Amino acid sequence: MSLFELKDVSYQYAAATRPALDRITLNVEEGALFAVLGPNGSGKSTLLRVMLGELETSAGSVTYAGRSSASWGRREIATQIAFVPQAEPMAFPMTVRALVEMGRYPHTGILGRMGADDRIAVDGAMERAGIADLGSRSIRNLSGGERQRVRIARALAQEPRILVLDEPTAALDLHFEMETFELMRELTEERSFTVVVATHNLNLAARYASRLALLARGHIEAIGAPEDVITADKIGRVYRWPVLVTSLEEQGSGVESPQVVPLSGGAASALS
Amino acid sequence: MTRHAFLLVGLLAALVATVVSGLVIGAVSIPVADVLSALGGSADAQTRTIVVGLRLPRVLLAAEVGAGLAVAGAVFQALLRNPLAEPYVLGVSSGAAVGAVTAIVLGMTATSMLTLPIAAFIGAIVAITLVLGMAAAAGRGLDTHVLLLAGVVIGAFFNAVILLLVNFADLETFRAAMLWIMGSFNGATQESVTTVAVWVLPALLGLGLLARPLNLLSVGEQSAFHLGVDVRQLKLLLYIGTSLVVGVCVAGSGAIGFVGLVVPHALRLVGGSDHRWLIPACALTGAAFLVFADTIARTVVAPAELPVGVVTALAGVPVFLWLLIRHEEGM
Repeated sequence: MSLFELKDVSYQYAAATRPALDRITLNVEEGALFAVLGPNGSGKSTLLRVMLGELETSAGSVTYAGRSSASWGRREIATQIAFVPQAEPMAFPMTVRALVEMGRYPHTGILGRMGADDRIAVDGAMERAGIADLGSRSIRNLSGGERQRVRIARALAQEPRILVLDEPTAALDLHFEMETFELMRELTEERSFTVVVATHNLNLAARYASRLALLARGHIEAIGAPEDVITADKIGRVYRWPVLVTSLEEQGSGVESPQVVPLSGGAASALS
Repeated sequence: MTRHAFLLVGLLAALVATVVSGLVIGAVSIPVADVLSALGGSADAQTRTIVVGLRLPRVLLAAEVGAGLAVAGAVFQALLRNPLAEPYVLGVSSGAAVGAVTAIVLGMTATSMLTLPIAAFIGAIVAITLVLGMAAAAGRGLDTHVLLLAGVVIGAFFNAVILLLVNFADLETFRAAMLWIMGSFNGATQESVTTVAVWVLPALLGLGLLARPLNLLSVGEQSAFHLGVDVRQLKLLLYIGTSLVVGVCVAGSGAIGFVGLVVPHALRLVGGSDHRWLIPACALTGAAFLVFADTIARTVVAPAELPVGVVTALAGVPVFLWLLIRHEEGM
């Protein structure tokens, strides 16, 4: 079943000369780990913001679970879809647990109090994101990787069906980056979550995602399984850099996935 | 009892103590026992006049305005995610003062319970709209420097407008108008106490009920939106609520600065940034702070008296500078 359906969606920022999104049509199936790829400025973030109802489309329709995105109430949709932003301004000190508890807002409402269910959800989310022992720490004293896990925990505390992440690993080291991708896979495979992630890491997207969309200047250049999207021709053209695509066989499972190797120096100029 | 509830009870006790000492201390010192019997209606006529007729309205007005300005400061800070935001620094108080002075100069004070607060409210709304508009036109949204500059410039402009307006007024109006610029509880009456209470207390209650979504907003508008907050509607309610509070407070006592900066900041250090605690705590502490500041203002150079705005500025400016430096260091 399709959770998200986008039909001919366009979006243009007020002062822009060309649309940020140009007649995008795509579906996100339930249970998918859907990766959105593309160079800087190709429209990845705009696509996420349109899907999430943050931006109103200039043309076309966005439906979530069969209903027009615009018809969902804010709190109602927040129990369905959770968003993990890249970073958050932290103007005031706050404990980790207080921040994760904010994920319960759509369930408890303006005047609501945290009940037993809510506490269990918060505990579970913190456990799952690997920050169970950070609860009383101030968010300001955490590393970038830890803060990211706090934002993921808050999103999980919303108990959504879909998790949307905007470049969640852009500022993280290899350890946190792998942990984040492992977590996304586990959520889709073992917990029937649907995950939509915008990322610059082509190789991890190729290994972990079930479906990829490659954006270029606001339109979809390619969409489908990793081996259909990650080709030397398409990646080289969209990112304007010559690449080789090799195949990586995962140890244990034997599953193969395409891996991008950008060329350097003489090889690059010879090919381009 | 939770720690926050415990702290709130302590703050309430401090407020009561400050109010009582505000009634005790003055040109004539009146013993606590006599103050209490005057409040009960059983003291001699002269004591009753001083305590109930003169000091009580002044102390109550200071408490109401202190509560209002401190809560407005805390809300502005969360709304703009800027610990330096404050009605006076943002020029909102000056805008409210222009509204009030315009009403006075036009002679609309006959029904002052309605016209003066509404005129000040409109002035406050105009000021915050101008400041946010200027910051947006500079293209950097909520950038600290642009916001503060815009607030200072708008404040200076409105103060010039007030001086321009009062130039056309007679001497008595001039005196009344100068009060709005300096900030003073000298003119407190039972009527002004009632007027401020009728408008400010419901507005504070409303802002307090929005504490949870305000927590989310203080993390960021995008995050609040995705956590289920109708951000546009919430911001509109908050701007209207704070403008109403600031407008009515300024109509009652003039533009008193830095209460909304010092009080929320101190309370965040003590009990954290959760607005379910911060807003009631700001109301209690802001009230105690201004009652205390006004007691100083009317006794320290007795029999003359200082504008209370001078006392709050002397306390507030160092805190502002310290916050600014810390902010620049990236906190």
